[in-house]
Amino acid sequence: MTMSYTPPQQVPQEAMATPAAVGVSVPVHQPGSSPRKRRLRNIIPPLITFALFIAVWYLYSWARFDNPAQRRNALPYPHTVITDGFLPFWDETNGFRPILGYMWPTAKVTLTGLAISIVLGVSIAIIMNLSKGMERALFPYAVILQTVPILAITPLLTQLFGDEIGVRLVVVVLIAIFPVITNTLFGLQSTDRMHHDLFSLNDVSRWTRLRKLELPSALPAMMAGIRIASGGAVIGAIVADFFFNQGEKGIGYYIRNKQQRAANRPEMFAGTITASMFGVVMFLIVGAITARAIRNWHESASEQA
Amino acid sequence: MTETSVVPSGSPVTERARLRFENLSMVFPDGTQALDDITFTVGAGEFVTVVGPSGCGKSTLLRIASGLTQHTSGDCEVDRDSIGYVFQDATLLPWRTVRKNVELNAELQGVGKAERQRRATEAIELVNLVGHEDKYPKQLSGGMKMRCSLARSLVLNPKVFLFDEPFGALDEITRERLNGELISLFHLEQFSGLFITHSIAEAVFLSTRVLVMSARPGRIIGDYAVPFGEHRTQEIRFEPEFAEICGRINDDLKDAHS
Repeated sequence: MTMSYTPPQQVPQEAMATPAAVGVSVPVHQPGSSPRKRRLRNIIPPLITFALFIAVWYLYSWARFDNPAQRRNALPYPHTVITDGFLPFWDETNGFRPILGYMWPTAKVTLTGLAISIVLGVSIAIIMNLSKGMERALFPYAVILQTVPILAITPLLTQLFGDEIGVRLVVVVLIAIFPVITNTLFGLQSTDRMHHDLFSLNDVSRWTRLRKLELPSALPAMMAGIRIASGGAVIGAIVADFFFNQGEKGIGYYIRNKQQRAANRPEMFAGTITASMFGVVMFLIVGAITARAIRNWHESASEQA
Repeated sequence: MTETSVVPSGSPVTERARLRFENLSMVFPDGTQALDDITFTVGAGEFVTVVGPSGCGKSTLLRIASGLTQHTSGDCEVDRDSIGYVFQDATLLPWRTVRKNVELNAELQGVGKAERQRRATEAIELVNLVGHEDKYPKQLSGGMKMRCSLARSLVLNPKVFLFDEPFGALDEITRERLNGELISLFHLEQFSGLFITHSIAEAVFLSTRVLVMSARPGRIIGDYAVPFGEHRTQEIRFEPEFAEICGRINDDLKDAHS
């Protein structure tokens, strides 16, 4: 038998884009045909998943509970969640209005905590990136920060940081800072070696190298870290409501309240869904900011964020 | 003795030999010898190309000349303040537009904004990138990226230009066109060139002198003056003399491998 090996063909870039060399601009490659078709293609798959999820919910709720009252108090049908959990719109204690009211403090804690996590996390990553010694000195503790069972030390946290917004922020930061640190550090350390050489040739200061080379090249990884952190920050803010009683109460408090009586099950679902929708919105916002910041130059930006 | 003397620019010594290697050797910390007893100079008006098999230490030679790597013995004499360095890849910063990339070296060296913009505009014209100033590297073809990289070095008006296989990743047609453009730049800008490649034809076409380097440890095993004058066109590639020099270098390289 004869063995033949064809080396992988490298398509010469210039040959593909010959018009470019004579001054015609190269259109950026865009998959798909019309924008409308593309939008449909982006939207249909998640809609199908959503419909399936709702169907399974109905099915399970119907199969598991015979008694409508029992069902309502355990796993109410989705439409019951809407009518009983969300729709009593002007009610003071149940429904959409109190939910929104409780969301506001949660949003404040989440955003403030996330901002602190970003500033602290990026700073710590920059310090770790200064030298291998610094990285070795700090990295284990960044990991431990992540593995501390926060719920187990809530009494301690209350004693240390009080019971109001301070301690809530601590919980959010403890959860959100780790992905910021690790992703930013990874980004800083992934800076192209040739780019480093280029900067070395110009005898730049450490500060200039950081500002003009390392930070911009770490930006995509950093934003990925912030995106993960944003979800964590929401969870942190809600969980804090379960354990700390002073200060402005957030959506976690509403959920906790509604947990206590089975009759409030639809309200509990409504609160939980709203809280997780807020997480999704945060995730989308960070994604949109990322796409905007790097759309011109990063490969990932041509994909949907 | 290891020494890198930095000669003040403009002194008569630099005019004669802008870049000088003398008995230069380089042994990596792990014990492999990269370069062995390299001696040659690149003077004003000279374009010297080093050809050699992959991994023979050609690139190390440039890294030493530019100060990125420290040699272990012998001397390297060059004015570090007026070096242009063109890497294997275009090494453009992807988050900067063409114009901002071209300005980079000048910006990092503290050239004022108005002045570096003026120089960048000039350099962009020299490399035929007019009209592409606001594009990002992602939108450029391989050849255009390399032009942008060239312009970035031109902005510094270097006396010595170091080229580390800059066209190695390009297709043949683009490479030949860029070779031609580089020759025009060489005459227009009056820099001295030290060019690394493993394409024999490219070496002969571009250079006033071709040095052949052996496999590791790199030694100079061949030295050819290229007789073609200033104004070279693509046609010289088909002249018998061109083929003859290429043939002789090729023979040297065969020895280099054995």
